[in-house]
Formats: sequence, structure tokens, C-alpha cells
Amino acid sequence: MSELTVCAGGQAGDGIASVGEAFARSFSRLGLHVFGMNAYQSVIRGGHVYYLARTSPERVYSQGDGVDLLYALDRATVEVHAPGVRPGGFVLFDPEKFAVTAADVPAGVTLLGVPTLEIARKYTTQSILQNAAGLGAIAFLAGIPLDLLHEVLSDSFGRKKGEIVDWNLGASRDGYEFARAHATPHPAAIRRAGPPKLLLTGNQAIALGAAAAGLKFLAQYPMTPASSIMHWLAEHSHSLGIVVKQAEDELAAINMAIGASFGGVRAMTATSGGGFSLMVEAFGMAGMTETPLVVVESQRAGPSTGLPTKTEQGDLNLMIGAGQGDFPRAIVAPTHPRDAFLLTKRAFELAEAWQTPVLVASDLHLSENHATVDREELDLSSVPTSLFSVEPNGHDYLRYQYTPTGVSPRSFPGQAGLQYVAGSDEHDEKGHLVSDVKSGLPKWVAERARMMEKRMHKLDGLVAQAPRPEFEGPADAPLTFVAWGSTVGAVRDAMRALAARGVATNLLHFPTVFPIDPAAVRAALGRTHRTLLVEANYTGQFGRLLRAETGAELPERLLKYDGEPFYPHEIVARALEMLNHGGK
Amino acid sequence: MPAPTGPALPLIGKSDTRPTWCPGCGDFGVVAAVEMAVKKLKIPSQDVVIVSGIGCSSNLPHFLSSYGFHAIHGRAIPVAEGVRWANHGLTVLATGGDGDGFGIGVGHFVHAMRRNVDLTYVTMDNQIYGLTTGQASPTSQLGQKTKSTPTGVIERPIDPISLALASGATYVARGFSGDVKQLADLVAGGIQHKGFAFVDVFSPCVTYNKINTFDFFRQRVYKLESAGHDPSDLVQAFARSIEWGDKIPIGLFYRVERPTYEDLEEVLTAGPLAHQPAGIRGDSAALLDEFV
Repeated sequence: MSELTVCAGGQAGDGIASVGEAFARSFSRLGLHVFGMNAYQSVIRGGHVYYLARTSPERVYSQGDGVDLLYALDRATVEVHAPGVRPGGFVLFDPEKFAVTAADVPAGVTLLGVPTLEIARKYTTQSILQNAAGLGAIAFLAGIPLDLLHEVLSDSFGRKKGEIVDWNLGASRDGYEFARAHATPHPAAIRRAGPPKLLLTGNQAIALGAAAAGLKFLAQYPMTPASSIMHWLAEHSHSLGIVVKQAEDELAAINMAIGASFGGVRAMTATSGGGFSLMVEAFGMAGMTETPLVVVESQRAGPSTGLPTKTEQGDLNLMIGAGQGDFPRAIVAPTHPRDAFLLTKRAFELAEAWQTPVLVASDLHLSENHATVDREELDLSSVPTSLFSVEPNGHDYLRYQYTPTGVSPRSFPGQAGLQYVAGSDEHDEKGHLVSDVKSGLPKWVAERARMMEKRMHKLDGLVAQAPRPEFEGPADAPLTFVAWGSTVGAVRDAMRALAARGVATNLLHFPTVFPIDPAAVRAALGRTHRTLLVEANYTGQFGRLLRAETGAELPERLLKYDGEPFYPHEIVARALEMLNHGGK
Repeated sequence: MPAPTGPALPLIGKSDTRPTWCPGCGDFGVVAAVEMAVKKLKIPSQDVVIVSGIGCSSNLPHFLSSYGFHAIHGRAIPVAEGVRWANHGLTVLATGGDGDGFGIGVGHFVHAMRRNVDLTYVTMDNQIYGLTTGQASPTSQLGQKTKSTPTGVIERPIDPISLALASGATYVARGFSGDVKQLADLVAGGIQHKGFAFVDVFSPCVTYNKINTFDFFRQRVYKLESAGHDPSDLVQAFARSIEWGDKIPIGLFYRVERPTYEDLEEVLTAGPLAHQPAGIRGDSAALLDEFV
């Protein structure tokens, strides 16, 4: 597979994310697939940040394993990333700022000093313009046509016109011409591959999926890496007719969303693990009052404040166990922005059909990184059905009626004759409390058990309707990866790298991590020869869940808990080790 | 604002559940006053939502024939805000106790007032935790001995009225469950008021608070309207709010007209959210263009 990876690195405040996104967007406009990883720290200025834009005519699912073109805005970038530059690659820097010598880079890597500051000074005293010169030079090496880069740059300034845009276009042209005069393009330089693709983050895909599902109310409290869901929806609030409320805290956010859902609109909240920890009590209330609710939990490295800008899949236990007592829930786990769109829509459908809370388990790696999606993969045309469907039947109305599915007719305030009280206390079919003067009396002891069974029976429906586990790859492979969520991306890329070496592997992944059908999963595992559980947490939380649900042990595990996403080569190395040396 | 509709629609009344409060509890007067107020305004019962948290008083929604949401402890206000924003054609009340509103839920109380969301919040303030059998509350008086403070409370109580004034509430009143008629008027005024209306009610706990009893209040309360108080004057309202001792004011402390959150939230100007079409309207291809 031909691929090219560009990396831009520097300090927070240097504009690295914008530079990186300009590369990523240039590639996607040329019809190439992209994975763009924006790596940053919990500082506003300083430190070390970088953006990796990996592109290929084939779909790329992760940041990959190497760099071909490194644009270093500071010396630290050279030290961190130059060793990873592949032969045939370039390291681009400005000799006026710092020196780089052949000793700093692997053999076969070319150093290209570009006078980015000098170019910038032609136009302005603002040194940030150096980035445009660097962009231009890298664009030449990458094979990005200058006019396309200019389009991307102009568009990034939006409606802004005037000298800033002109300076950027001029400086990028100068950088491009400088590179042309001093180098030849990288051997893997890209070419147009088709019509433009869409480039979006997991969070943007989640927001779009929610809007397409009929979201009308989002309440959220800022927390990395979930905040950009609120940002995107707030920006489109008026045109989409969605009320976006920044709440005073996560307690308010989830309770507002529950109130809005009770009031007759599709509602959502989004947060990370710390915020979801605060939401836990209300999450249970949504289960008890049978109020549909979608909660996006974008995980970051914990525990506690942890690493706010780094990724992990360490909140699965929290999501499975959130809330006192037993109540039905589902947890869907997208692997890619394309899935994030589809599964968020699905989450709304499940929440509404089964009148219970549904979690969308994302993580920083999916939420904040860019990937390409084809237009046809995002169907925005479906019109959500009306929520209002219960006909008044006077005094017989039982909001929590016992039914074969566990789902009862749901009315909304404003509908005459269907009034009820949604109670966080245990209640009877009508919604009357059984927690005070009735609890413990023989009739009500039985009613309580029956009401628990009614609610929990919804899990059977959720299992039947939620997306099933999926196999990818050749059926009879000697090794099966078991993974969920964003980690699936690196596994897919590792499988391709292994296949290129003649090693067949396959993947069993779980778009729904809870609830699962134990018999179906046992059967799926029965078709494997050997498994490797791959997940980004310390204890193998999903492996533990699988064991609890199915009795199946997945003894071989590749776990990561350093805050970084999986790199395909790590998975490849473990697979080769298992297949070449490992006995059962 | 819910438009009063024809007489065919049933008005609010008692539900088929009887209150389980202790005989003589102040909360009986409050539920009666809420019922009277809503009836007087002729709002059909299906257009009324009463949201509460947890505590003795928070059982109130079960005793009336409107819609209700009996939420978890301290979260009546955010749930009520969510209901209100989902459908601002509804009349939304939040009810609860002093622990619910001024202890665990005080953050929501303050923020709801600063955003002037149009709902009516009625607190049954008995200055004690009743349902958990008698611990100190945020409004228990200094020195009061309770199960959790056997040698007396050593924290100054929150004053809900001055807190509300400082937080930007646009209708601030105090009632007494020993005067149901005045209380009903204050609640009705709160419902009619466009914006956040706060009615703190002295609602004695006859079981666990032997200090702040019906007699305690009967001997001390006086009515602001008969004392020449001007409810448009914020400074006067603050001065009255800190009166405590032999004379304790009840009535309307402050009222001002300001745009509500619903007035200022542009999406809601197209009508109640629950009645707006869902899904992506207009040119969905254009929406995707930003990702090219």
C-alpha cells in the first residue's frame, strides 16, 4: 500500500494543529484517505505538540508507524520525531532558528533548511507566517499542487479577506518555490485519487449523527476530549434547531437532558470519565424513570484528572457499572468517524425504542482525531419519527404498564388525560410510589419484583436490536484479534501490514460492548484458533467483561496504558511473536 | 405562557394518592396553596409539570393531577429547566425542601436564577432534614441541636431570600404554610411572572424541629405589603431579607421584569422545541461541505 505521512511539530501556540490540518485537508480534497492525529498537552503555550497526517489511496485507520516529511518548528521536534523518519524522507527546518545535522537523522533522510522566517519578514513582522512558508515547502515535497494548497489556506480563513490571506498565499508560494529549487518531491509523493473526501473528527461525526437522529437538546459541561461536540452543535444550533446548553456542571447537564427528554425531545449529554462519574446517579434515574437518554463518554487517560489530553479505554468498568442497583443500558463503541455517525444515530434509536439510557463510548483518539469519510457514508436525509404516538385512553393509562417487551406506552406533558409522575423511587404501573407506605407489604413485595423484571426484560430487546459483534478478515486465520472502540483502527492497519508479509489474521470487534449475547459470542470465539485481546487499559476491562458474560478466557492480551494510542507495529510485533514462537 | 383554554379541559386537582406527611406537617398547606394557585389561573392540568427532588416535601407532585417528575436529591431544578426548554408552552414548577435546594442542589438554584429561566420554585423550608429523621439543614439556626449536631449548629444558616436577590431572581417571595391564602397568591404571582420566581415557604416540621414551629412563626411573621414595602426596590428588599428575630417578613420582597432565558434562546423563538420538526432540515449537502 502506498502511503505518505507528514508530521508538523512545535510548541503549543505555534499553530501546529492548523498546519497539520491544512495537510490533512489537502490530501482529502485530492480524494485520498487520511488519518490525522493531533497530539497535544494540557498547556495553552509551550510544551511539545505535533500533528501527524497519514494519507493513502486506501483507507487508513490509524496514525501509522513512521514519518516521511517532518516539519520541525523547534529543536525538540527534531529530537522526538527525526528518529522515526523513514528512508527517502525529509526533515524540514529553518537554519535561522536552530541547526540540524546529518547526525540527527537516520540514514537516507534528507535535511532541507528553508528560510521560513526570512520569507515571513517579506510580508509582516508576525513570525507565525513562517508556518505558511513551511507548509508550501512540504506541499511541494508531498506532491500537493500549489493551487490546491492555496484553496485550502484561503478556505481556512473563512470570510476573512485582505492582507493576512495574501501574506499566507505569498509565503506558501515562496516556500513551495524554495523547495522546488532545492529538492525533488518525495518518492511517495501523492496524486489525485478521486473526488474530494470529507475530513472530520470523531466528535464532529457524533454531533452529526445526533443531529440526523433528531437531537433537539444538548446539555454539556466543558471537558476534554468531549467539548468539541458542544462546540460543533453550538455553532450549528440555529440552523439545526438544536438548543445547546452549557450547564453549570455535569450534574446539571445530565439532569437537564433527562428533563428535556421527559418533556418531549430527543436529548443528549456528552462528557469524559470525570464528568460521567458525576452523572452516575442521574444515569440511574434515566433507567428508573424509563427516560430515553444518550450519553457520550469520551474517555481520556485516568484515573482522576489523569492525562487530560491523552487517550485510554479505561472507563468501560465505570460505564458497565454506573449507578446503584440494576437497570438496563446499552453501550455502543464506534471505531472510526464513519461508525461514530452511524452508532450515535443507532444509540438514539435504541434509547427511544427501549426507553433507557444508552452510552456512546468514544475516547480521545477517536473524538479528536481526523479521518476521511465518503459523502455517501453520512446519510443525513432520514427524518426521525415523531415522539408523540400514545393515544389517550383516559383513566386506564399506565405509564409503566407491564408488557411482554418491558416497554410501556410513553406520554408527554401537554397530552391530556395521560398525566403521570416519573419517579426515581420504585413505583407501580401507574407511577405511584411503592417506596413509602407500601414497601414490604406482601402485595408490593411481589409488585416490586415484577417491576424490576419488566425493566430488566428490556435487555433482551437491546441484545437483539443492538449491532452485533463483527468478524473482519479471512475466516480461518490462525490468530484473531479481539478489540473494541478506537483501538480497532490500529488493529485493522496491523492486519493489513501482516497480510503484506503473508501472515493472515482476523478481527472480532464489538460495535456494542454491552449487552452482548453470550451464546453468539461463545460461538464466534469457537471459530477462532487463537486470540489476542487488544485494549487500551491496564486490567483488560473488556476481556473481564467477556469472561463474566460468556465464561470465555482470553489469556493473551496486549494492553496499553501509557496515554498513547496503539501503533500498528506494536500489534504486528506481538502477533508475529505469538505465531512464530508461541505455543498454546 | 400557557394560554388558558376552554372549560372542557380538566383543571388541576388532587390525585388518587393521599399525602403521607405526618399529621400537622406544614407541607399540607403548601400543596393546597399550589393547587389553589394553578386552579385560579385556569391552567389545564396536562400543561402543568411539577418537578421535585428528594425529601418529605419532594413527594408533592404525587398528590396533584398534573404531570410530575420526582427526581433524585438536589436535581429538581435542572430537570425542571430541561422540561421547560423542551416545551416552554408548559407551566413548570419545581418544589422541594431546604436540604434539596440549599444544600445538595444550591449550585443549580443560583444558576437557574442568574439565567432567569421561567419557572416557579417553591421550597418547603422547615430548617431540618425530616425524611432522614432529623439532622441539621442549611437553614437550621445557629445553636440548634439536632441528631447530627448534638451540641448545636456552629455554621451560620443560608438566607434563601438574600441569596435569591443576589443571584438575580426576578420574583422573590416568602410565604408561610400557616397562611394558605396568601401563599396561594404568592405562588400564583410567581407562575404569572415571566422569569424565575422563587417562593420560600416556612413549612414547619412538627416531628423534628421543635424550635421553628407554627407558633414560632405565628408570633413573628408580618406582611410586607402592610408594612409599606416597595417590591421594585432591590436595596429595600435586601434590607427586609436580613430581618430575623422578633419580626420576620413574609410576602413579596422583589419583582422585576427581565428577558427570560427562553426569550433570549433564539432556537426557542420558533415555538416549543417539542413541536418543532426534528432531523436535519434544509440543505444537508451544504452541511457536509464544511468537511471538504
